[in-house]
Amino acid sequence: MSILVYTESDNGQFKKTALEVVSYGKAIADKIGTTVTAIAINVNDTSELGNYGASKVLNVSNESLNTFNAKAYAGIIQQAAEKEGSDVVVLSSSADSKYLAPLLAVGLDAGYASNVVEAPSNITPFTVKRTAFTNKAFTNTEITTATKIVGLSNNSFGLVEASGSATTEDFSPSLPESGVVVESVDKATDKVTIADAEVVVSGGRGLKGPENWGLVEDLADVLGAATACSKPVSDLGWRPHSEHVGQTGKPVASNLYIAIGISGAIQHLAGINSSKVKVVINTDPEAPFFKAADYGIVGDAFEVIPQLTEKLKAFKAQNA
Amino acid sequence: MKFLLYLLCAHSKYFDFYNYLCFLLKLYSKKQENMKILVCISHVPDTTSKINFTEGNTKFDTNGVQFVINPNDEFGLTRAMWFKEKQGASVDVINVGGTETEPTLRKALAIGADAAIRVNTEAKDGFAVAKELAKVVTDGNYDLVIAGRESIDYNGGMVPGMLASMIDANFVTNCIHLEVEGNNAKAVREIDGGKESVSTTLPLVIGGQKGLVEESDLRIPNMRGIMMARKKPLTVLEPTTSTTETNSVSFEKPVPKGAVTLVDADNIDQLINLLHNEAKVI
Repeated sequence: MSILVYTESDNGQFKKTALEVVSYGKAIADKIGTTVTAIAINVNDTSELGNYGASKVLNVSNESLNTFNAKAYAGIIQQAAEKEGSDVVVLSSSADSKYLAPLLAVGLDAGYASNVVEAPSNITPFTVKRTAFTNKAFTNTEITTATKIVGLSNNSFGLVEASGSATTEDFSPSLPESGVVVESVDKATDKVTIADAEVVVSGGRGLKGPENWGLVEDLADVLGAATACSKPVSDLGWRPHSEHVGQTGKPVASNLYIAIGISGAIQHLAGINSSKVKVVINTDPEAPFFKAADYGIVGDAFEVIPQLTEKLKAFKAQNA
Repeated sequence: MKFLLYLLCAHSKYFDFYNYLCFLLKLYSKKQENMKILVCISHVPDTTSKINFTEGNTKFDTNGVQFVINPNDEFGLTRAMWFKEKQGASVDVINVGGTETEPTLRKALAIGADAAIRVNTEAKDGFAVAKELAKVVTDGNYDLVIAGRESIDYNGGMVPGMLASMIDANFVTNCIHLEVEGNNAKAVREIDGGKESVSTTLPLVIGGQKGLVEESDLRIPNMRGIMMARKKPLTVLEPTTSTTETNSVSFEKPVPKGAVTLVDADNIDQLINLLHNEAKVI
């Protein structure tokens, strides 16, 4: 019996979510008295995982895996789980992990709970709390199968350092044939993604037009934030769909969410509800967003945001 | 080929004959392609719904809730209509649920699907739903299954992938563009921070979302569609499994938020101070 965590990487480096799933796995392992094994694919240096509680890392090195492939990756994790006799497999909530999770679940005859936000409240029956109704509620879900898969919501558990070190073992699983071939990947490598961002700066119709998005981008630059937008903005074509956050767009679970000129429709608030601290800047004091926010400024974004950007720049320079 | 026909007929009184031949050609090509599509339809609370629970927070309170086609599924259904109109595909829709979901299936018929199937059991978990769908897809020899990447009620996000795995079909999720030509498909998938173009083959299962068609392409059923939908077949099948893997035992609502701290627009320093010292997020 052990816990297996899939530690995602990008260009040979672990993503932050990798450290979070290890921390989460360690919490379960401590509860049931076992150890954490991590499975990593094409990572240069895996030693970091020991600092968060992994005792063993299975490292797969194979150039054909440089591009993500759901079926192949699910096959690898399945073989690692079988080799380790793992009862619990922990994944993140990245687009890739959510893609492979159901394939892995069928392969392992395992029940799968996605969007889990806390360590299991109970081991027998295995019970986890997950978001439902697109963040408008939570459900306590029992996984009743022998093997369990937990998809941990990004940024919900946090990083917990542990003293220890991990041994690394080369792992060469067989790769299933995949019927889906990646032809091209179009990804901005210099921009932080909404899924990984600690801070998200988001604009709404209050910004009046796409030509004013420099305001949002400048503020995001200072904060190292990802940019996002409300549904009307993506529907109007001011910003790409990939930036649309809300119930039918992307969920946001950042530490800080700054909403500029967004009134706060119920669908939008649902999508960003998992963010820890919310700031709203809007001219209309009656905007529903003020009821959901932690901090608010009633004011004109065109005046407030340039000032905020400048002052944050000075603040960052001082605290660097 | 159309052009040759046009040359043959263009000159003369045979112009009608050209149209007739085109019609025959269309029928012929329809026969050639005739892709069978199944669109999975979840019956979910409208996005504006307030979410409440009853029976000691163990049941979702449907009182006063308006149910709709799951938005992610509706983008897929609309794309399927394109395949029907442009490529002669047949489009069936399916839901796993009780009789209360039938109006939602009728709406899909009114939008233009040819026939509907309802598997008569409560959708208890993603695994059980995928299992029922797998049976229908295998028995019905469907080439393409379009589901939403997730439903907006339980957000499990597992049914399309599990289904693909069970029937050994190819699978693309977060799909924002799809084209099918013969047995080959090209799709675009949204990834964290960008997108990815893939090629694959039928049989194929898609987890769809906005982008598959635009919001403005969505169709509101018209009166004729609604009248026709009443006469279209809605087949009720009995479930084949009762096995589940997960079990939603209770619900909770988020803890109500404290009141917002308002900062004066002329006092931005205070906001920075609060974010740094109180919230500790910068």
